[in-house]
Amino acid sequence: MILLFEQLLNGLQYGVTLFLLAAGLTLIFGIMGVINLAHGALYMVGAFAASWVAIQTGSFWGGLLAGLVASAIAGIVVELGVMRRLYARDHLDQVLATFALILIFNQSTVLIFGRQPLFTSVPEIFSGSVQILPGLPYPTYRLFVIAVGLAVAVGLYFLINKTRVGMLVRAGATNRQMVRALGVNIQGLYTAVFALGALLAGLAGVMASPIVSVQVGMGDEIILATFVVVVIGGVGSVKGAFVAGIVLGMFDTMLRAFLPATLQQVMPGPEAQALGVGLSSMGIYLMMALVLLVRPRGLFAARG
Amino acid sequence: MKKLLTTASLLVASMVPAYAEGTKIGVITTLSGPAGYLGEQIRDGLTLGLQATGAAFELVVEDDGRDPNTGVQVADRMLNEEGIKLLTGIVFSNVSGAVVPEALDAGAIYVSPNAAPSGLAGAKCNPNYFVVSWQNDSLHEASGAAAKKLGYTTAVALAPNYQAGKDAIEGFKREFGGEVTEIYTGVEQSDFAGEMAQIRDKAPQVVFQFHPGGQGIAFLKQYQQSGLLGSIPMVLSEPSYDGVILKAVGPAAVGVTGTTHWNADFDNEASKAMVAAWAAAFPETPLTTYAQQAYDTGLLIGGALNKAGGEDVAALQAAIKAADFTSTRGHFAFGANQHPIQDWYMTEIVADEAGNPKIVTKEKIREAVGDVYAADCKM
Repeated sequence: MILLFEQLLNGLQYGVTLFLLAAGLTLIFGIMGVINLAHGALYMVGAFAASWVAIQTGSFWGGLLAGLVASAIAGIVVELGVMRRLYARDHLDQVLATFALILIFNQSTVLIFGRQPLFTSVPEIFSGSVQILPGLPYPTYRLFVIAVGLAVAVGLYFLINKTRVGMLVRAGATNRQMVRALGVNIQGLYTAVFALGALLAGLAGVMASPIVSVQVGMGDEIILATFVVVVIGGVGSVKGAFVAGIVLGMFDTMLRAFLPATLQQVMPGPEAQALGVGLSSMGIYLMMALVLLVRPRGLFAARG
Repeated sequence: MKKLLTTASLLVASMVPAYAEGTKIGVITTLSGPAGYLGEQIRDGLTLGLQATGAAFELVVEDDGRDPNTGVQVADRMLNEEGIKLLTGIVFSNVSGAVVPEALDAGAIYVSPNAAPSGLAGAKCNPNYFVVSWQNDSLHEASGAAAKKLGYTTAVALAPNYQAGKDAIEGFKREFGGEVTEIYTGVEQSDFAGEMAQIRDKAPQVVFQFHPGGQGIAFLKQYQQSGLLGSIPMVLSEPSYDGVILKAVGPAAVGVTGTTHWNADFDNEASKAMVAAWAAAFPETPLTTYAQQAYDTGLLIGGALNKAGGEDVAALQAAIKAADFTSTRGHFAFGANQHPIQDWYMTEIVADEAGNPKIVTKEKIREAVGDVYAADCKM
C-alpha cells in the first residue's frame, strides 16, 4: 500500500515534468503549426544554465533565475532567427530545420561545457525527506517539483482563460488566419508564445537538474514522451497537456513499477522480467494508439 | 652557422610527433551523447599507452554515436577504403557485437579496450579477436564475490535492459549465491524514483546496480536523496563508479563498496608511470579504468608493432597473442579465448580531506581468474 502511494507520487512528479515540457510544445504546435523537435534542447539549455550558475555562485535560486532567463532568450533567438522562416514551409522542412537545431545546441553545449556531466545539489531547505506516511519518507525536493508544476498549471489556466493575451492564444490555436485577418500583431504573439514555451521547458530542465545527470543530449530522451503527451492531449490544448501529462506520467511509472512483478506471478522469472520491461516501455505508445483510434485529434483538441 | 641550423632543424624534427608516419590504427569509439566522455577516456588512454612504447603509429579516430549501424559503417570505411588492419576503441557491447564480426571477416585484428560481450567470448571466439579489459560478466562476478564476502545473503540487482545489463546481473548472481531480486531499467532512463521505492519495499541487505555513464550519476544521486544511502549498503562494479561519476556525484558516493581490476593507488611501476603521464597531459580530467584499459591496450599494441611491424597481420597477431607487456594492473595473461586472466580487488569509497570521494583499494578478492566462456572456445 505504501509502495503504491509512493509510486503514485513518483508518477505525479514525472507527470508534472512532462506537463511543463508539453504545455509549451502544444502551444507552439497549435498556434504556429510548427513541429519543434528542438524543444528538448531548450530543456537542456535551462538545466545547463541553472547548474552552471548554481556551481559558480553556490545558490540554487540564482541558478533557477539563470535557467529561466537563458532558455527564454534561447527561445526568442530561435524564433527570430529560424522559426520565423519556417511557418509557411511544410512540416518536412520544419522537422529538418529543428533537427538541425538539436545538433547545433548539443554540439555548442559540448564546446562550452565539455562532455562531462554537471552536478548540482538540491537546495538546502529541500534536502532531506518528509515523513508523509508512517514508513514512507519522501524526498522534499520531489514534493517541491510537484508543487511548482501544479502552480504553473494554475498560472497557465488564468493566463489563457482570463487575460487578453490568453484570448489571443486560444483564438490563434483555433483559427490562425482569422486572428491575423482581424489585425492582431501575430508576429509579436508568435515570439511571445515561443518564449513562454521555451521558458517552461527551461523550468522543467532546472527542476530536473539536481535529480538527473545534467549532460548533453538529456533533452532528446524526454522529448519523445513529451510528443506523446501532446498528441494524446490534443494539439494546442494546455488542458490536454496537463491531463495527458499527469495520466501518462502515472501510467508509465505504474507499469514500470508493477508489471514485471505481476507477470512473475504467472510466468517464469527471466521471461516475465523481459516481457514486463518490454511492455512497460511500449505502454505509453500503446496508449497513444488507443486514444487516437477513439479520438483521432486527441482528448482536448483545440481545433474543431 | 650551418651547424647551428642543422641542430635547430634536428630539434624541430624531434618535436614533430614520432607517430605521424606509422601503422594506421582504427579507433571506433563513442564520442558523442551522454557517454561521450568514455570514448574520450579511451582515445586519450590509448594514445598515452602507445606513446609510452615509442611505436610508430597513426590513430584514425571516429565516433560511433553508441549506434551499431554507425559503427559498422565506420568500420567498413576503415577496412575497405583506408586499408586499416588493426581496429580498437569500442565502448559498448551492442556496438562491438556488430562491428567485431565485420572486422574479423575482413581479416583484420580487433583488440578490445572495453566491451567484451559473452557472445564473442565462447564458441564464437576468434584468433584475431583480443580483449585487454575483462569479459563483461567477470566485472560483476567480482561484485557478487564481494557482496558474499561481506556476509550478505539477500540483494536487489538493477541494470539497464540490454545485453550488458543482463550479463551484469547474471555475473553478480553467479558468485553471490544468495537470494536476488532482479530489476531491469530503461536504457535511456534517468529518473529512478520508481526503483528506489521498490528497493525500499524489498529492504534487501545489499543493493547491486550497474549503470554506466550518466545513468550511474543519476542513480547514485537519487539513492542518496531518497535516504537509502545510509540504510542499505551498495556494491558496485567498476563502470558504475568511475572517476568522472564520482566527481559529479560528490559526497553521495562515500561509503559505497566497489570492485575493480585496477585502481589509481596500485603500487607498481607501470601504473605509477601511467598516472604521472595522465596527470601531465590531462590535469583537469579524472583518470578512469576506461583510460587505464586503453593505456594497457596501447602498451600491448605498441609493443607488438615494435616487434612485428604493421604490415604482416599474422606476425602482428602472434606478437599480440604473446601479451609481452607489463600491465598497469599487475598480473595479466590471455586465457584460451584471448580474454584476460587477472586479479580482482575490493575497494571502498572514502572522503578525502576536502570531503570529495576517493577510491581506496582494500583487498584482493579473486586471484588469476578468467571467465566462464573460455571453456566453450575452440580455436
